[in-house]
Amino acid sequence: MGDILDIVASLPFWVAVLRIATPLVFGTLGVLLCERAGVLNLGIEGIMVAGAFCGWLAVYAGWGLWAGVAVAAFTGAAFGLLHAGLTVGLALSQHVSGLGITMLATALSYYGYRVGFPKVSTPPTITPFAEMSHLGIPVLSQQTPLTLLALALVPLLAWGLNRTPAGLAVRMVGENPQAAEGQGVSVAVTRTVAIVVGSALMGVAGSFLTLAAFNAFFFNMVNGRGWVCVALVVFASWRPGKALLGAVLFGVFDALQLRLQQAGSGALPYQVYLMLPYALSIVALVVVARRATYPQALMKPYRKGER
Amino acid sequence: MRLERRTHASPVALVVAPVAAVLATLLVSALLVRWAGAPVGRTYAAMLEGGFGSVFAWTETLTRAVPLILTGLAATVAFKARLFNIGAEGQLYGGAMAAVAVGGVQGGAELWGPVWLVFALMLAAAALAGAVLLLGPAWMKARLGVDEVVTTLLMNFIVLLGVSALLDGPMKDPTALGWPQSVPLAGELELSRPVQGARLHTGLFIAAALALALWQVFRRSVLGFDIRATGANARAAAFAGVPALRTAMVVAAISGALAGLAGAIEVAGRTGYVTMDMSPGYGYSGIVIAMLAGLHPLGVLGASVFVAGVLVGADTMSRVVGVPTYIADVIVATSLIAVLVATLLTQYRVRWARSTR
Repeated sequence: MGDILDIVASLPFWVAVLRIATPLVFGTLGVLLCERAGVLNLGIEGIMVAGAFCGWLAVYAGWGLWAGVAVAAFTGAAFGLLHAGLTVGLALSQHVSGLGITMLATALSYYGYRVGFPKVSTPPTITPFAEMSHLGIPVLSQQTPLTLLALALVPLLAWGLNRTPAGLAVRMVGENPQAAEGQGVSVAVTRTVAIVVGSALMGVAGSFLTLAAFNAFFFNMVNGRGWVCVALVVFASWRPGKALLGAVLFGVFDALQLRLQQAGSGALPYQVYLMLPYALSIVALVVVARRATYPQALMKPYRKGER
Repeated sequence: MRLERRTHASPVALVVAPVAAVLATLLVSALLVRWAGAPVGRTYAAMLEGGFGSVFAWTETLTRAVPLILTGLAATVAFKARLFNIGAEGQLYGGAMAAVAVGGVQGGAELWGPVWLVFALMLAAAALAGAVLLLGPAWMKARLGVDEVVTTLLMNFIVLLGVSALLDGPMKDPTALGWPQSVPLAGELELSRPVQGARLHTGLFIAAALALALWQVFRRSVLGFDIRATGANARAAAFAGVPALRTAMVVAAISGALAGLAGAIEVAGRTGYVTMDMSPGYGYSGIVIAMLAGLHPLGVLGASVFVAGVLVGADTMSRVVGVPTYIADVIVATSLIAVLVATLLTQYRVRWARSTR
């Protein structure tokens, strides 16, 4: 127990927590925005792969780091538009469409990587975002600007959802699309915009992995982070503030398991530590499930004039 | 733009839709093949040749189809009842592990009982392992309202890490020179191979028989009716007296068991032991297959052969023209989306004009 306290009290631990949490914040906010508009987006896992790949590719081709982030956002938005076309335009099953997007985006990224780099033994690298050491604030000054952006997005999205007409429209189409339509809000347009913007955030989440956390693109680098984001949104009961809390909590467990693994030195198989964050995600879902207030129209396709 | 339900499907649309879906898929992948700088015609020819061009190609394709049929059936039965089981990958590994736990022998030792008994117990253990892995999430959904999509997805990671720990520890083959690989299955338990010099094994017949059985369950049994009713409208089904919790649990048990069997039959028919790379995502492909098949058990057979042929053909094609094998995954994912859209357009017609009502 004393070990854990020592770890949690140390500064490098919290640096790691924030670094792990950053892509989860982007991804969770993206899923949250889609779901508040009433659309599940299981495309996140693949969109993160595509964002990680395209963002990295742009920087590798000589573009700036922020241009890489923009490319990743644009990639995410493009897949989001496809998801919107399938789930909003054609009212297909949101589960199946999302999984299809994940498979397509992942396959396209891996294919693109292999076409571009057929015979590389070590992945080609780029110079990633630097730490903001000039900031002079402990923990935060060891992070990249993307973390700052993620932290800024949390209150921004909360304000946008709760205090602006656009946010009200998003919440309306997610709770009661018939009523929204009656008020002159276009369900199709509102949902499409929400999915496209949300998916752009998922693309940025992926680009954090290749442009800040690491400096190259690897297969399987997203490794379930997208699914964790889907769980975190339920845990956060669809509120941006709580989403940040959830992402940080996940970061704490993930950073803790890494350090316990090093400290434990073989008492338990290392896989048991790696399981911990996933298992705790399920536990968290069970704990909040009873109180969860899903957006009322979530996963219900809306066809105009059909009940 | 709005969608209008067709009162009856037009016969033209029923023929045109699947053809259009296939053409759209071929067009998209043709663009990607061009981008890789390979001749499109030769690439497709090589894929067709590699997947279906010879007796050997057919045996390879059918071998690959066996686990896909089983995970496809697992997804079919679950999705039909609107239980979104995305955890077939983990259930497959759970089943494979259980099979080796029952029928594995260290260093050529004797089997602990008569072969038929151990074989039956091996399959039962695999089915049970798969079922248990899905019953947890299904119960949490029915009783606590926890979304099963997320829990089954997360379970995949937990199960795979668990299998990895077992392969490093108690289930490790000590003679495998440090390679993480389970103790081998006893030779007597391995499925026989009817075609000389090919890997095709009798697991194909088990998988096909299960597809036929599931088809009959859907068509003729009370359970099949309950499953279809629950999937069509859960609230109406419950109101009409369909036992909701029991149906959900039975569906979860069947779906998980089928995925678990996929693992056991892969071990008994193809690999002979468990490794971390024995399934290149068969669990996830099963969902694609179920959707391509329109959630019909017999359609699963055809869809599995198609997907398996694409995967096997891509391996051959990659050696001949050098296009990365990932093109197979692109084709499978694109065909899923194309078929979904095509199916929808046979049921709905798109009205571009502003609505008049």
